[in-house]
Amino acid sequence: MSTITQTQIQQAALSNEEVLRYSRHLIMPEVGMEGQLKLKAARVLCIGAGGLGSPLALYLAAAGVGKLGMVDFDVVDYTNLQRQIIHSTADVGRRKLESATEKIAAINPFVQVKAFETKLSSANALQLFRDFDIIVDGTDNFPTRYLVNDACVLTGKPNVYGSIFRFEGQASVFATKEGPCYRCLYPEPPPAGLVPSCAEGGVLGILPGLVGVIQATEAIKLILGKGEPLIGRLLLVDAMGMKFRELRLRKNPLCPACGKNPTVTKLIDYEQFCGIRGEEAQASVTVPEIQPEELKRKLDSGENVFVLDVREPHEYQICNIGGYLIPLGDLPKRAHELDSSREIVAHCRSGGRSAKAVDFLRQAGFRRVKNLSGGILAWADKVDPKLPKY
Amino acid sequence: MKVLIPTPLRQYAEKKDSVEIAAGNVGDALRKLTTEHPDLRRHLFTDDGKLRAFVNVYLNDEDIRYLQKENTPLRESDTISIVPSIAGGACADRGMRWRRE
Repeated sequence: MSTITQTQIQQAALSNEEVLRYSRHLIMPEVGMEGQLKLKAARVLCIGAGGLGSPLALYLAAAGVGKLGMVDFDVVDYTNLQRQIIHSTADVGRRKLESATEKIAAINPFVQVKAFETKLSSANALQLFRDFDIIVDGTDNFPTRYLVNDACVLTGKPNVYGSIFRFEGQASVFATKEGPCYRCLYPEPPPAGLVPSCAEGGVLGILPGLVGVIQATEAIKLILGKGEPLIGRLLLVDAMGMKFRELRLRKNPLCPACGKNPTVTKLIDYEQFCGIRGEEAQASVTVPEIQPEELKRKLDSGENVFVLDVREPHEYQICNIGGYLIPLGDLPKRAHELDSSREIVAHCRSGGRSAKAVDFLRQAGFRRVKNLSGGILAWADKVDPKLPKY
Repeated sequence: MKVLIPTPLRQYAEKKDSVEIAAGNVGDALRKLTTEHPDLRRHLFTDDGKLRAFVNVYLNDEDIRYLQKENTPLRESDTISIVPSIAGGACADRGMRWRRE
C-alpha cells in the first residue's frame, strides 16, 4: 500500500512538460500516470545532506518527488567532495543546504525543496516530521539515529535507514505499522568510544552512493506501494566482496519504542542515552601539552626531544614530521622501545589519540611525556603550511 | 562452521573477515572465537559475560534472540554473522566531532 493518501494524489497534476520529463516512468506499468502522481504528491524528508543524502536527494528529485525536505546545518569542506556528490568544488565553504537546493533545482525545477538549516533535535523532530510522508535517515551518529527512529515511531512515518562504515553498509525500512523499528534491531547504542567513527575509520567514496541509492529506491517503492520494501529485512552490502546479504528482522514485542507496552512515549535526551556527554567529560582528562611552535623551537635548538607518532602507518604515508611511529593500539606491547629518561612529545592527527598515548605512558611510569596540542594538523597550521592536511 | 567478522571488528581479529570454528552451539563458537582473538572479547561481551546489546548475532539469516539464543545448536554448514550497529552516513566530520580521534 502506498504511503500517500488518495486526497494527496487527487491534488497532484502533471503539466505537459512534466509528462515529457517523466515519460520513461509513465510508460512502465509499475509507475504509470498513477504512480507519477503519487511521486508528485509525496513529501520526503532527508535527514543529512552528506554522503547518503547526496545521491538520495538527487535521485528522488530526478524521479519527481514533489516535496523534498532536507535537514542539515553543515558547511561543505574539501574532505566531503570524495563522496558527497551533490556538492561541487566551488561549493566549499558554502552551506550544504544552499548548495543542495541549487543542484536539485538544476536537475528538476518542479521539485519543491524545503531546507531546514538546523540540527535535528528532540525539540523540533516531531514537528518537522509531521509535514512529511517518509523520513530518510542519512545521518552519521548514534544519537540522531535513535532520535530519527523514535520520532518516526511516534509520528507513524516509515524510516528508510542506511548506514555505512569503510566499505560495508546496512539498509532497511523501519517503523512501518507491520514491521520492526531500529530499536527492535539494536535496543541500545554501543558505549561511546567502542565503535570507531568514520573520521577514524574512513569510508570508500562510492559506498554512500550505493547505499543512498538503495534508500532512494526504497522510498520510491513506499510511495508507489509497489514491490517488496526492505521491511523486516536488513540488507548488508559488502562493496569489497561485492556481496549483498539479507538478514531477517523481527518486530520485538518487548521493544521500548514500538512494542506492546512502549516506554518511549516522548523524545528523550539522545546524547545522554548514547553516553556522549560522559565521553566528552572523559575526553577532557588533561595531560601535559606542548604547542607546535614550542616543539619547533626545541627541535631547532637541538634539544633532545623524541617525537612519537601514534597514528597508523597509512596516515604516516600521507604526511609526517619524522616522528617515530608506534600506532596507539600497539603502544602497550611496544612501549619498551621508548626511553623513559628522554623528553617525549606524542602526536596524532588532531590530538585525541596521542592524549590517550600520553595518559597510558604516564601511567606506565614515563614522566617526561607531553601531547602535541592539535596534532599534526596544528603543526601544519602553525609551523609548516606546506604539510598536507587530511 | 564459519563466523563472519564485520569490518569494524576486523582490527581485533588480525584483520580477518571470517574464521572457521568447530563448536556445538552459538555461545560455544563465540567463546572459542574470543579465546582465539582476545581483543574481540570486550566488543562482544560485557564484563559479566553477556552478549552486548548493540551486537547482534545471526545464525544464517535468523537472529539468535529468536532461536535458542547462545544455546542455539550448530551444524557444520552454518554461518554465524556478527552484526554490530554502525552509524556512518554523512561522515561529516562535524556531526562526528565528539568521536573524532
